Amino acid sequence: MSFPWAEQYTPVNPLMKWVDDRLPLPRFVYNAVGAGYAVPRNLNYWWNFGVLSGFALVLQLVTGIILAMHYGANAGVAFDSVEHIMRDVNGGWLLRYAHANGASFFFIVVYIHIFRGLFFGSYKAPREMVWLLGLVIFLLMMATAFMGYVLPWGQMSFWGAKVITGLFGAIPVVGEPIQTWLLGGFAPGNAALNRFFSLHYLLPFVIAAVVILHIWALHIPGSSNPTGVDVKGPQDTVPFHPYYTAKDGFGLGVFLIIYALVLFFGPNMLGHPDNYIPANPMSTPAHIVPEWYFWPFYAILRAFTFDFFFVPAKLLGVLAMFASILLLFVLPWLDTSPVRSGRYRPLFRKFFYLLLVDVAILGYCGGAPAAEPYVMISQIAAAYYFAHFLIILPIVSKIERPLPLPNSITEAVLGHEPAAVAAE
Amino acid sequence: MATVETSETAVSAAEGEGVRRRDFINVAAVAFAGVGAVAVLPTLINQMNPSADVLAAATTEVDLSAIKPGQAIKAVFRSQPLFVRQLTPKEIAEADARPVASLRDPQSLEERTQPGKKQWLVTMGVCTHLGCVPLGAGEGEVRGEFGGYFCPCHGSSYDTAARIIKGPAPKNLEVPEYKFTSDTAILVG
Amino acid sequence: MVRLLAALVGIFFSGMLLYSFGSGAVAYISEPPVPTVEHEFHEHPRQIAWSFDGPLGHYDKQQLQRGFQVYKEVCSACHSLRLVAFRDLKDLGYNEAEVKAIAKNWAIKAPDIDPKTGEPSTRAPVPADHFPLPFANNVAAQAANNNAIPPDLSLMTKSRHDGSNYVHSLLTGFGPQPKKLLEEFPDAKTPNGLHYNRYFANLNLAMAPPLTAEGQVTYGPGQPKPTVDQMAQDVSAFLTWTAEPKLENRKSAGIAVVFFLLVATVLAYLSYQTIWADKKH
Repeated sequence: MSFPWAEQYTPVNPLMKWVDDRLPLPRFVYNAVGAGYAVPRNLNYWWNFGVLSGFALVLQLVTGIILAMHYGANAGVAFDSVEHIMRDVNGGWLLRYAHANGASFFFIVVYIHIFRGLFFGSYKAPREMVWLLGLVIFLLMMATAFMGYVLPWGQMSFWGAKVITGLFGAIPVVGEPIQTWLLGGFAPGNAALNRFFSLHYLLPFVIAAVVILHIWALHIPGSSNPTGVDVKGPQDTVPFHPYYTAKDGFGLGVFLIIYALVLFFGPNMLGHPDNYIPANPMSTPAHIVPEWYFWPFYAILRAFTFDFFFVPAKLLGVLAMFASILLLFVLPWLDTSPVRSGRYRPLFRKFFYLLLVDVAILGYCGGAPAAEPYVMISQIAAAYYFAHFLIILPIVSKIERPLPLPNSITEAVLGHEPAAVAAE
Repeated sequence: MATVETSETAVSAAEGEGVRRRDFINVAAVAFAGVGAVAVLPTLINQMNPSADVLAAATTEVDLSAIKPGQAIKAVFRSQPLFVRQLTPKEIAEADARPVASLRDPQSLEERTQPGKKQWLVTMGVCTHLGCVPLGAGEGEVRGEFGGYFCPCHGSSYDTAARIIKGPAPKNLEVPEYKFTSDTAILVG
Repeated sequence: MVRLLAALVGIFFSGMLLYSFGSGAVAYISEPPVPTVEHEFHEHPRQIAWSFDGPLGHYDKQQLQRGFQVYKEVCSACHSLRLVAFRDLKDLGYNEAEVKAIAKNWAIKAPDIDPKTGEPSTRAPVPADHFPLPFANNVAAQAANNNAIPPDLSLMTKSRHDGSNYVHSLLTGFGPQPKKLLEEFPDAKTPNGLHYNRYFANLNLAMAPPLTAEGQVTYGPGQPKPTVDQMAQDVSAFLTWTAEPKLENRKSAGIAVVFFLLVATVLAYLSYQTIWADKKH
């Protein structure tokens, strides 16, 4: 599609030709994820995680649609209907554990996918739109995951819903009416549960639609690669199929092994025991924590302990939490270095690794009780998080002296011998 | 889909010996993935079958002591109506008088009742045409021209042994599996 | 312009956080947090080797039956098991007739409606019924139990961290308050009507020690001696089964799935290598 040397779709089968002449769907698929898509030959295993994210989305859609056949979205029966799935529905325990852990694994692969983009500069021109659409997917995922966690109507479901909708209560003047409107009441109840179920069912299809846009936008410039050097000619690329379908097949196998180990041998490892207690509006669990994939953001939310003049600390925390994600939308314009890949950016690389550690610390603090020393640690970590993106990255991209870039992808793969390059 | 064919073209450049072994590995890998995908299907399909609690609630006990000759009651069996009727001697005679061979679904009253309990007719209240509930079990309901049950949806008429005589239904009203737990109680299912 | 705005936002948030950290640190040093009695004296559950541990773990049906006996004779007077049905007891090795008899002779009757008068009445449970509730509602439960509601036990081992060990430890963890505790925290004396238990989150539990003497439950011939510890282990195992009845299906399915995936992944790797054999990358 994007390169003139990409293989053209020529249907062998007369039926496919008949279809292709009338609706070029086979051609579309061929050019999107078939041999018609020319991909840099040097992608490493970090590039597997896009396909894995897509797989996780499909996994969640399939298991979710099935669970919805047995689940009752009513505060009176929701908890028991989940237990009905676990105990009485044929294979229900497997489907429910697959869905609950599938959410965690969806976030694991998406986080790796995001950090891959951060390190290799995949957000830079001409792929800004890919990055922006990816962030939209991430936000939709967070909303979907949050509402999904409410559905079992356990203690963490109830109190999570209360706390997160309470964030909107921090907005001056309109906050409380918005919170009441979101919940359809003054506390989470049947109205909230029902609308969360409706939206939890809807949003994954919106995600799927944005994923299509994300892949479409990717196919305009084509995939980036670990060197960050542009594709120069046919010798730099291989057809997606069979080269990367084979590599993704292997990656999928490894992913499924790890997923199966958790699913079958520790299915509650990533969950919280309190969610096996039915929702009780009269008693709050000792530590309310969201699911692990929200912990870094939860830590930022709780890190603000002081009012700034007329802005209360609670509002600051909410603003900062949203800002921590929204700032990623301007990242392509904050990092102005012409070099994409972190491999050739020694200073950037050091700060990138620091950011990885920083987010891990934030995650740990977000899962810990809201007490010292975790709050103080998360304050330092959150300060670095903002400084990293908003202050350090723009400066680094100005002052850094990048390492010399290879002339082409093929040269990076084969080394500098001109003979080898010519032979290709 | 076309994985195998295309991978052939990919390795066709490689010469002679290796080709066969390489193809075999690709075919095996794709076949394994296919087997894996197929192995998941039974779980995805079987979940729609009745769950354990539905199956456990699949028996019904009916107390017969309050049913007088000529009367019928409606009970619930597997979420569907169940007709239990005590036939009068006249109704039994009527049913016996009908030549079995002339019936659309040939069955005698003996075959449709338990030995020695010929007066107790236990059938599903589900018309064998399209599943409506026939009339005739309730007090004062029309019993149709053959004195048994009458389905108002499409006019199927059943006789006193609940056998189809007239109308579109292909079969007699179904007799579920049941047994007498005492002289005045049955366990259905 | 974008970068200038970003820098200002960055300075604002980072500044606020560093300021918060500074004042928090000052407070932390000038008034270090006082350790709480829970923090000092609460203990994590003791680790027991269970038959259902590990990827090949299985329930010991004899143990589950003993545990069910303990539940029936000791716990069931106050604690419900509302998510479990009598028919589920077949998993413990009882046959259909035994399950029927257990349901029929259960001390608590199932609620029903009198078919003649329409008045609420009761009947003997049948296998399809869930275990009937010992109290009609929470108010009744509270009134009968010194204002504390005995929690449902169906999911107890999954709704507590390290649940199987927790239940066992809790049942055997009653005792007098340590002298050291009362010296360090004179205000933390166990209130009247509560019972000190070092494995309970806030140390004082409304439930009186339920298992007090060896032989409180009489086990059948060939079974281990019903010591308090043995009974506690057995009932914990039983409650692990009530919380996760499909554990054995899950683990055996897991072994097969992981084995299949390993073979498939090795094949996928070989396929990947052959396809890329002529491409250096």
